[in-house]
Amino acid sequence: MGGFRQGIESAIPALRRYARALTRNVELADDLVQDTLVRALRSEHLFHGGDIRSWLYTILTNLNRNRLRALARRPALQAIDDNDAPETAGPEAGARDIERALASLVEDQRTALLLVVLEGLTYREVAEVQGVPIGTVMSRLARARMQIKAYLDGERPALRRIK
Amino acid sequence: MIDRNSPVTEDELHAYVDDEIAADRRGAVEAWLASHPEDAARVAQWRAQADAIRARYGMLASEPVPARFDLDKLTRGARSWRTVAAAAVIVAFLAGGVVGWMARGASAAAPSRFDTFTTQALDAHRVYVVEVRHPVEVTGAERPHLVQWLSKRLDYELRIPDLEPSGLKLVGGRLLPGPFGPAALCMYEGPSGERFTIYYARTDSPQTAMRYRAADRFAALYWVEHGLAYVVSGPAERERLLNVAQAAYDQIDKSPPQARP
Repeated sequence: MGGFRQGIESAIPALRRYARALTRNVELADDLVQDTLVRALRSEHLFHGGDIRSWLYTILTNLNRNRLRALARRPALQAIDDNDAPETAGPEAGARDIERALASLVEDQRTALLLVVLEGLTYREVAEVQGVPIGTVMSRLARARMQIKAYLDGERPALRRIK
Repeated sequence: MIDRNSPVTEDELHAYVDDEIAADRRGAVEAWLASHPEDAARVAQWRAQADAIRARYGMLASEPVPARFDLDKLTRGARSWRTVAAAAVIVAFLAGGVVGWMARGASAAAPSRFDTFTTQALDAHRVYVVEVRHPVEVTGAERPHLVQWLSKRLDYELRIPDLEPSGLKLVGGRLLPGPFGPAALCMYEGPSGERFTIYYARTDSPQTAMRYRAADRFAALYWVEHGLAYVVSGPAERERLLNVAQAAYDQIDKSPPQARP
């Protein structure tokens, strides 16, 4: 019981980092983390041991996927980052570049890449979080890396997908 | 045994970058990279990407954790009405898109009161919140008269909550033709002119949890208690709407109204 809560508590900073990179929006990210925590706390009986961090990543990943589905069904207007803004030099520009490159990824690829490089999960853990075979994780990773390279090389998609 | 010199696959290059390469293949990959500059360049790019991602987001994990993530608070909240409703709203929001999760179950079973009332309430909301000169029939300055009049017409002792603590002034109220008899609409206004309404209608449906519905720029929260359906409508801003509905609910809950004998 104590271990369960402690496990959740110590994962919060990492969950915030992951959510922020996933959504690229501070408020949205923290809402997602809070929803994840509330759900986890209510679902203690569903947690059958194992790595609590992976379990929390799974909840958060699913909540985010549901969120995007709900958005996709609504004809809502969403702020789209201003792709045409002039590039400025310096580290700021680098940070924005990687942010936009991530934004250009398909959700499942972004999730896989972030879980591996940012959160340090193993391929097997990512496979469990995403509920797919390891081979699928690897191909998502490969495609994500290819797309980021293409994006940074300036081959930005002519048509942005509108979510 | 794996041949140390067997060609290195793309998967292995990724595994190498991510430290997942089998120990007995590491040497082979390194040898391969030494003699295949294009692959070495790709590996370097992937590493640079990972570094950029970590540089951009890595430090967020060392930020102090805000108080809203206090687990005790989140657990305590989970037992109170507020968070149950909040969770319902969030779930509805996540699962439902337009109409909440509970509505799906309900509407599958029978033509839902939820749909009927929220449609009515949102329609009325949309029509009257834009009114500048005649938003209501009886103004909030005449609150006792407003309560008395609407209670009489609905044949129900209405509670019209005071939402000033939430920054909302009572504009007033009006009578509406409802699907099953008269309904009432009370309007509130915030400092920047944003308006919220509470819709009241008699109903025979049993008590329900809060349900959420979004429609264009507006959203509504619906619940039923003691034979009265309530719909709080406002701008489609989840948190704010929930706070207003909570404040209204809490006041109504403190002195539960009754159908007139």
